[in-house]
Amino acid sequence: MGRTSAAMAVFLFLLLSLFSIFQLVSSSPEIRVLSAERRIDVTAPITRVFLTLKVENAGTSEVSEVLVAFPPTEAEHLAILKASVAEGKRKKKTYVPLSVNPSGSPDAPNDAQLYSVSLRSPLKSGEATTVEVLYVLTHLLEPFPAEISQSEPQLVYYRDSATLLSPYQIVEQITSIKTPSNKVESFTRVDPTSRVGSELRYGPYHDHGPYSYSPVIVHFENNNPFAVVEELVREIEISHWGSLQIRDHYKLKHAGARHKGVFSRLEYQFKQSVSGVASFRHLLIKLPPRVHSVYYRDEIGNISSSHLHIDSQKSELEIEPRYPLFGGWKATFTIGYGLPLQDFLFESHDGRRYLNFSFGCPLIETMVDDLTVKVILPEGSRNPTAAVPFPVDQHLEMTYSYLDVVGRTTVVLQKRNVVPEHNIPFQVYYDFNPIFMFAEPLMLISAVFLFFVACIAYVHVDLSIGKSS
Amino acid sequence: MGAKAENGPKPPPPLSSPPPFKALVKLKTKQQELLIRAAALALIYVLAFAIRLFSVLRYESMIHEFDPYFNYRTTLFLTRNGFYEFWNWFDSESWYPLGRIIGGTLYPGLMVTAALIYRALRFLTFAIHIREVCVLTAPFFASNTTLVAYFFGKEIWDAGAGLVAAALIAICPGYISRSVAGSYDNEGVAIFALLFTFYLFVKAVNTGSLAWSLASAFGYFYMVSAWGGYVFIINLIPLYVLVLLVTGRYSMRLYVAYNCMYVLGMLLAMQIRFVGFQHVQSGEHMAAMGVFFLMQVFYFLYWVKDMLNDTKLFQSFLQITLTCAIGVGTLALGIGMASGYISPWTGRFYSLLDPTYAKDHIPIIASVSEHQPTAWSSFMFDFHILLILFPAGLYFCFKRLSDATIFIVMYGLTSMYFASVMVRLILVAAPAVCLISAIAISATIKNLTTLIRKKSKAALTVSSKATSNLKASAKALLDQSLPFQENGAIALLVGAFYLLSRYAIHCTWVTSEAYSSPSIVLAARGAHGGRVIFDDYREAYYWLRQNTPPDAKVMSWWDYGYQITAMGNRTVIVDNNTWNNTHIATVGRAMSSYEHEAYEIMQSLDVDYVLVVFGGLTGYSSDDINKFLWMVRIGGGVFPVIKEPDYLVNGEYRVDKGAAPKMLNCLMYKLSYYRFGEVTTEYGKPAGYDRARGVEIGNKDIKLEYLEEAFTTSNWIIRIYKVKPPKNRW
Repeated sequence: MGRTSAAMAVFLFLLLSLFSIFQLVSSSPEIRVLSAERRIDVTAPITRVFLTLKVENAGTSEVSEVLVAFPPTEAEHLAILKASVAEGKRKKKTYVPLSVNPSGSPDAPNDAQLYSVSLRSPLKSGEATTVEVLYVLTHLLEPFPAEISQSEPQLVYYRDSATLLSPYQIVEQITSIKTPSNKVESFTRVDPTSRVGSELRYGPYHDHGPYSYSPVIVHFENNNPFAVVEELVREIEISHWGSLQIRDHYKLKHAGARHKGVFSRLEYQFKQSVSGVASFRHLLIKLPPRVHSVYYRDEIGNISSSHLHIDSQKSELEIEPRYPLFGGWKATFTIGYGLPLQDFLFESHDGRRYLNFSFGCPLIETMVDDLTVKVILPEGSRNPTAAVPFPVDQHLEMTYSYLDVVGRTTVVLQKRNVVPEHNIPFQVYYDFNPIFMFAEPLMLISAVFLFFVACIAYVHVDLSIGKSS
Repeated sequence: MGAKAENGPKPPPPLSSPPPFKALVKLKTKQQELLIRAAALALIYVLAFAIRLFSVLRYESMIHEFDPYFNYRTTLFLTRNGFYEFWNWFDSESWYPLGRIIGGTLYPGLMVTAALIYRALRFLTFAIHIREVCVLTAPFFASNTTLVAYFFGKEIWDAGAGLVAAALIAICPGYISRSVAGSYDNEGVAIFALLFTFYLFVKAVNTGSLAWSLASAFGYFYMVSAWGGYVFIINLIPLYVLVLLVTGRYSMRLYVAYNCMYVLGMLLAMQIRFVGFQHVQSGEHMAAMGVFFLMQVFYFLYWVKDMLNDTKLFQSFLQITLTCAIGVGTLALGIGMASGYISPWTGRFYSLLDPTYAKDHIPIIASVSEHQPTAWSSFMFDFHILLILFPAGLYFCFKRLSDATIFIVMYGLTSMYFASVMVRLILVAAPAVCLISAIAISATIKNLTTLIRKKSKAALTVSSKATSNLKASAKALLDQSLPFQENGAIALLVGAFYLLSRYAIHCTWVTSEAYSSPSIVLAARGAHGGRVIFDDYREAYYWLRQNTPPDAKVMSWWDYGYQITAMGNRTVIVDNNTWNNTHIATVGRAMSSYEHEAYEIMQSLDVDYVLVVFGGLTGYSSDDINKFLWMVRIGGGVFPVIKEPDYLVNGEYRVDKGAAPKMLNCLMYKLSYYRFGEVTTEYGKPAGYDRARGVEIGNKDIKLEYLEEAFTTSNWIIRIYKVKPPKNRW
């Protein structure tokens, strides 16, 4: 152990010297983390980590960026990373968001991924500030055993490090892991380690050098529904006649421990407390207020088990797939509804129209592996641009619906690994001439008119070849 | 054409005057009549469509029952992959491991029709789903049938009878039963095609026009492409022709109509792969061919008669020719039959002629409830007052005998016979019954109204004149008519009106209560009067679709085969296309064997899942336990190991403690009642009380060795078991 850390130190020294040569101003090696507090929430299938860093500029030059490091296993599951800084005192405390960008430096050891948080004002020598970081990880909990029977609870592994991975030296740090219940099978001890109820506490540890890592495994029971939407396609169709039609196509899966062997309806119905604890049956969908014509169906027809509660603030749709979902079982379905257009479509100052709608999945507390949002603009709209507060893949396509001749321009936004934190509004701007609104009614009117003309013509024209009478 | 005369030389109305509404109303009587007729027809058209939408309103826009699911699946395939792929489709998802050549074993008319409607709507930029087209195909064609009924009625009797016929058939329950929205079956379009062909043929006989008989040949082609019931046409028309020949109504018109229709119709029908050479080789089609040759002989004889002026010579010639013709015909038929060139009649055909045939020889046909002989009650249910009006209509037809009325009489009588042999053939009789009843109604009401009108007219003339000869004229009138004739006529009219309104009410009630259930989704009244939906079928099929390997093979009784392939998207061993009796018997044998014997059969068929339908918890009576005796019979028909008496106790079918030991331990019993003994279904009844049969089950301790429960739906209606892999040898 000693030898490796010595080697590591040498390696790091080399690294850091390289750092100081290439990146003179930013991320100065003289940053020190005075205290790091990490609170990890593993109660849901989505892992949320709150990290409070108190950083001090121990060097001589000014520092404007702080780096946050992730091991590669976490980096690939990272859904969102947010940082903020608290301003004001006690009661007037407000959190100001900071911009976070992937750091360009590829020279972190063992493929660790670095993200740089830009501070609001550069940190002068000797000053200290507190940065709050929230990041959300998906698919990090690994079910073990990987297959369970109907009566067994679901146990999962959570893997992490007792110490925070950081490019800086950390003076004092503490990590706490919150499990859903106090049923913890086992956990790695890195003293001082304590367990109180459903909380595991690692630390405090003192004076760990940069990139120190001590892996821990927590094995605990987690029966929260592991509902994962493998693919969600949302179609948002704008009609300038006053309605917004939304169709969400879900591919849902229970991503927890796979169900093994018998499914007994008898046990499931009559011994609910011990049977199928890891399965789930109900899902809650949050819909905007004033929603109407809601439907819930799949490829073979309507699914009759759903309840809709509407009030002035929000609407909630409680759905039940056709069958309870056990580990590894899948269900696909479509939820569609209409919304009044005036709640979501606005005109900007320069005369363009824009749709303001929430990105992300309306299912509560559910991660989406692959989200596609299709905004179907009315026929005849031009120059669409989308404004999304985080990076997404964009392209345009054409959709054909009722009475479409040229087709509707469709803005397609795609994003992988979406969590509820992504449910923030986005905008799609486009130009639209209201005259196009009348194209389709006019088409219908002229068709009916032509039909009558044809009838009149038929009645008046004598088509017979010879005069019969 | 009436509007033409009006619009011709009329001067333009003065600008200052208000819109000349009165001028519009002031139509000539003929135009008024046309307008009323067109409006009535349009309303009937809409009514026929609208009354069939009960199922969509009550449930949803979905495909019903069993066979429609196959039709839907094939239509989906057709729209996705195009016609040639469809025509050459080998379906490996059914009849595992045999598979089924779809293109060669179905009547493609329905699918092609729906696909064409779909294409047309898509072309007109209506972005609808193919399912909607399929759901609404039957009501659409029912609406079209009302139009055909109108024209047919007009051809046979008069426009009034046509209108009444259209109205009657629009809501006739016998027809609605197979053409509600969602009932996407061959019959939906076939009844239209059937009536249309008949109409065109009668028109051809009446006019002697080649064009009409050509049209009827095409109508026949469409019918052949749509439904196996075309055999009815190809036997009824020759029979009709024969009757005309016998009654001395042979004419050149008939000769043209029949020959053109038969020859072209035959050539066209042979283009349908499922029919092919059967049309000239099988016994069912021989009557048409025989009549065709007979027609030629007749024509030849007439020609010779024209040539020879000597009657005596002609008589002897007639004798010789007839004997020769009949002799040659019989010889040809005999040789054909003996050499096997002409195939004998099929079992289905036999079972039509002899209602008891199926029960003794083909249990698979007899096991289907719609193949049972019809009960009186269902005649009453499906025809209501038409049943009384039918003989009256026949009377009117005989009173005014013509080529057309002879046809409708024959159609009515033969189809009535078939309807009484098989429940489902009520459908074929429905148009004929409606037409004949329409003649009765129309003729009666016409007579009554003319009576009333004549009387009032006479009264008017009498009062206007009011002179000395009042008494005389009154006397004359009295002499002509019976006492209280006018009052009687009015009373009868009111009675007719009452009867017809009862008919309308009955039809609406029957449609909404009896014929609009999709049978996939079951609805019941809950304890508090609310509607309870049992959606177990789709629950199970969707579970299969989502959570089993894509190549899994599912064994179930054949009733559910089409639904499993269409909704569950999984391979089945047998399905509703009951073409291979042995295969079905194998499944029946597996279901009625002990578990270890059944396991061997299932292993040999690569079965991964077994699906059974069980109604014991909900009281759903058409489940597999109630169908089980048919499985035993069909299985025993091929494999004598299975004996029906083994499952019965003193000839009685029981599932309780007194049941036969083989019954209590066969696979079907075990799978249906697995762990059911632990459930209390009804308050005050012991655990394991079967609500469908009202008994406590006999074997509550069921252990499965080779299968395990994979899924059971929320109301236990469908239970799916997984076949375990073979055990290791050590």
